[in-house]
Amino acid sequence: MTAPDMRTTFAAVASELLDADRRVAVVLADISTDRFEDAARRHPDRVINVGIREPLMVSVAGGLALTGMRPIAHSYAPFLIERSFEQIKLDLSHQDASAVLVSVGASYDWTEGGRTHQAPGDVALIDTLPGWAIHVPGHADEVAELLRSAVRDSRSAYIRLSTRSNAEARPAATSGALDVVRRGERAVVVAVGPMLDPVLRATADLDVSVAYAATVRPFDLAGLRQLAEVTARGVVDVVLVEPYLAGTSSRLVAEALVDRPHRLLPLGVGRIELRRYGTPEDHDALYGLDPAGLRRSIVDFLDGSSVQVA
Amino acid sequence: MTTSELGLDYADLPRLLTMMTGDEKHDASATSTLDVLWVLYDRVLRVSPATIDDPTRDRFLLSKGHGPMAYYAVLAAKGFFPTEWLPRFGAFDSALGYHPDRVLIPGVEISSGSLGHGLPLGVGMALGLRAQGLTSPRVVVLVGDAELDEGTNHEAIAYAGAVGLGNLTTVVVDNQSATHGWPGGIASRFSVNGWTTATVDGRDHDALEDALLAPVTSADRRQPHVVVAVVEPKFG
Repeated sequence: MTAPDMRTTFAAVASELLDADRRVAVVLADISTDRFEDAARRHPDRVINVGIREPLMVSVAGGLALTGMRPIAHSYAPFLIERSFEQIKLDLSHQDASAVLVSVGASYDWTEGGRTHQAPGDVALIDTLPGWAIHVPGHADEVAELLRSAVRDSRSAYIRLSTRSNAEARPAATSGALDVVRRGERAVVVAVGPMLDPVLRATADLDVSVAYAATVRPFDLAGLRQLAEVTARGVVDVVLVEPYLAGTSSRLVAEALVDRPHRLLPLGVGRIELRRYGTPEDHDALYGLDPAGLRRSIVDFLDGSSVQVA
Repeated sequence: MTTSELGLDYADLPRLLTMMTGDEKHDASATSTLDVLWVLYDRVLRVSPATIDDPTRDRFLLSKGHGPMAYYAVLAAKGFFPTEWLPRFGAFDSALGYHPDRVLIPGVEISSGSLGHGLPLGVGMALGLRAQGLTSPRVVVLVGDAELDEGTNHEAIAYAGAVGLGNLTTVVVDNQSATHGWPGGIASRFSVNGWTTATVDGRDHDALEDALLAPVTSADRRQPHVVVAVVEPKFG
């Protein structure tokens, strides 16, 4: 039996939220509408499909919020975040209005679709706005709690869904804290969302701590500092592995360890226009985000010495 | 309709404008919206300083956010904020910027300044009011004819017409400043999408009042409405 994927879980939970809370509305732009048909019949005024008009979709979320509602807007990541970014900036943040934005597509879930349907820069864009929560679940079973708590909250949140997934969910991570999966001495490796399993495979024989993050904004600075203490080295080595543009969260590592000598290896999607199709695994290899590539980068960073578990 | 406790009237507006600009003369192009705004706040909108947080109030959205002096003058005349704020227009810690901020100014529903955002926001507000069973309040959005160049307006116009958003009214202040004009006229851009339309003299207070109240007085309103208020050309 296959477990439901992230998008299916999102639609199911959002439909429950529509039933439970009259302030909740779902705003769509022709994507995933089939998954909301039942909910739309029950709540015709609160399931809103504006057609292929993503900027309007975000502005509508802003207007709904200004009347006291709690909107969830959803589309493919590049259209929700990049095409409509001025609307996010001005019709949500600048109005002091808030919404929950939920995307699918991520960095390169649909490799055959090419660049127009890929958004490795989405998190970096939202990161330019103050006060947004950003969640990157690594498994469908983390989506329900992340979505519910985001909708319960009063600020804006971006939830980045993907077809890439870890084998198991880590429920502890849905609190927003770094979830320590393994403890080691040599370095701290932070794996975000679906990067956890590749990181665990890449570091299986390395003496490193691995921490999992399903929430990257706010970043668990205290948790990272705590992990850095534990490594008991003069200079802390940190590896950040993100499923979107490499280095997106580097500034938070710098902030967490500002008074602690440290080195940082930021891994993630490269800033190159690949113009290649195939499979996501093909692209992982090109960006060095497959387990073998991750291991090479990490071992090189750690100088290849004193890295074996005793 | 509001009665200002200050007893300020249309005739006081030039004086209030001068408090902001330090300039005795206010040419029409700088105040293309003045008469529309006055008629709205004096005769049409059901909102007052006492009801700015009332869920059943009418919502007025100034989408044409540049040159907001006329808007500020009208709001001050109606008592939404003290007239003493006006001379501080644009000062560092002033509530009154060159584009309005809803977080800083009582009675301002949306922060504007980038064109093409007010109408889409207004669509969202109209949907939100309807979803909550608030059937009496209206959403009235003021845009400029050049502002209509922005494509986001047309997403809103098409969608609002398609779903029959009857609690939404747009006022287009037309001073013929759109670079490439509007072949076929501005009203046709709305009517083809199912809006009802009226085109009136933007300086005629009675005509404006009739056109702006028409959606309220007609029963069973199922279409959004546009009033094109024509004023003198901006560039002569």
